[in-house]
Amino acid sequence: MSYLRIENVDMTFNTGGRSNNILKNVNLKVERGEFISIIGHSGCGKSTVLNIVAGLLKATNGGVILDGKEVNEPGPDRSVVFQNHSLLPWLTVYENVALAVDQVFGRSKTKAERHDWIVKNLELVHMTHALHKRPAEISGGMKQRVGIARALAMQPKVLLLDEPFGALDALTRAKLQDEVMRIQVELQNTILMITHDVDEAVLLSDRIVMMTNGPSATVGEILTVPLARPRKRVDLVEDPVYLQCRATVLKFLYERHAVPVAAVG
Amino acid sequence: MTSITHLRAVTKKPEGDSGFIAKPDVAETAKAPASSPSTNEVPPVQEVAKEPGFFLKTSKKFVSNVMPPLVMLFLFVGLWEILCSTPDSSLPSFSRTISETSELIMHPFYDNGGNDVGLGWQILASLKRVAYGYSLAVFVGIAIGVLIGQFSLAMKGLDPIFQVLRTVPPLAWLPLSLAGFQDSHPSAIFVIFITAIWPIIINTSVGVRNIPEDYRNVARVIHLKRFGYFWKIMLPAAAPYIFSGLRIGVGLSWLAIVAAEMLVGGVGIGFFIWDAWNSSLISDIIIALIYVGIVGFMLDRLVAYFGQVITRGTSAG
Repeated sequence: MSYLRIENVDMTFNTGGRSNNILKNVNLKVERGEFISIIGHSGCGKSTVLNIVAGLLKATNGGVILDGKEVNEPGPDRSVVFQNHSLLPWLTVYENVALAVDQVFGRSKTKAERHDWIVKNLELVHMTHALHKRPAEISGGMKQRVGIARALAMQPKVLLLDEPFGALDALTRAKLQDEVMRIQVELQNTILMITHDVDEAVLLSDRIVMMTNGPSATVGEILTVPLARPRKRVDLVEDPVYLQCRATVLKFLYERHAVPVAAVG
Repeated sequence: MTSITHLRAVTKKPEGDSGFIAKPDVAETAKAPASSPSTNEVPPVQEVAKEPGFFLKTSKKFVSNVMPPLVMLFLFVGLWEILCSTPDSSLPSFSRTISETSELIMHPFYDNGGNDVGLGWQILASLKRVAYGYSLAVFVGIAIGVLIGQFSLAMKGLDPIFQVLRTVPPLAWLPLSLAGFQDSHPSAIFVIFITAIWPIIINTSVGVRNIPEDYRNVARVIHLKRFGYFWKIMLPAAAPYIFSGLRIGVGLSWLAIVAAEMLVGGVGIGFFIWDAWNSSLISDIIIALIYVGIVGFMLDRLVAYFGQVITRGTSAG
């Protein structure tokens, strides 16, 4: 039995009397400790898949089963790193993580234990130098680090990343990708990541889920990335396996499921 | 009027420029390279205040901000003096106002018993009424605002009624409240309450409705519900809106109190003005108006200051 199962998920939004079928019959099985990326053109409903796993949206049909239990509401066992960090601007870095930790472990851990746990998670993302800064005082990359620390601190069964590096510049993005790889090796998290960046998907994932275009998008193809870990981006630049995986995803996205020109923009 | 708006710009500028806006900018640029993964060292702290010439700069800023309103005030008083110096002028000139009211200016807290008390006491009496009515409006207004911001059914039911009621002029409530309370004191407080509450309700509800979806999602993921959500997400997220409502509310309260006191009598700055008019003490009225303006200005700045301190960081980022 797989750790996380997305089973026959359909999603239809009703807006203004018109029903809009976003997802049709989406199926996915994820093993414990796996790093899965979901890639697809914008508007194909990949974020909708993530929101359904998170419990923030309810599927019209089908469902999600995590560790033998059905998902029917949001919860800290499926913590989310949101695209635009979603830190609360009136709280400091420390307080942002503390809000989640106190809420999730308020009963099971003592105050001192919670403090250590907050600091430990911020250490993991190298943010202990800015514990008492507010989000407005740190850079975009740092905000996203704190967002990751907050999500990790909930000790989720699945970590959900919703285009976590989309709003960052290329260099910062590369650094954070390396960090996420390092953390995943260290903690063996199960991770589900939404992305539209082919290189990011190949570099980070064990398997890449390629989605067809909407409406009624579904899983088109799943590619296993047989690259050994730890992976180093510089070594991979000329690695034939890496290049081949990259080519497979690119072909899927731009030849077989290219967005018609009229639909772009 | 012109002098007051200028005064506001003066008190605001030094605070905003050197305090809250400039510092985070400097801190951010100083720390931008620190996003490399190997940063456990303490980033260099740049002290703005220790820059050479900081003192000179602030004093220059002070001069450039304080001089224009002072000059305008001087011109304004000069104009007043010229226009009202003619023997047949119906209003007293500046110099005559000062000489006639020197007693009031020099002794704001005299007390000859009855209604014959200094301007300081009159102002305090008015402030007390405003404090009661306004505090009540703050609690009730925020509570109702949260209700109609959070629940669309409450919004649909109450909003149209509020939209009508809020256009009723404050004084129009006075006869009704006099009839209801049978006493002038609670009636004046009620008028303040009913005047201040609408902007508080409306701004709070807008603030609650505009809480970003992301914050709600964070709260849902960590199972923050009801009171936890109210205290930790809703109130801070809506605070900038709430405070703009509170600020409008305190301004309106002060506008209403003078008019209400003219009618209910007793003690208070509004009554003082009306009493002075009945005794044809025009100079007293002018001094009272200046007091009212300055106190109203200070009330506005006080609420704005609290808002700034409490919502620090909320509006940014």
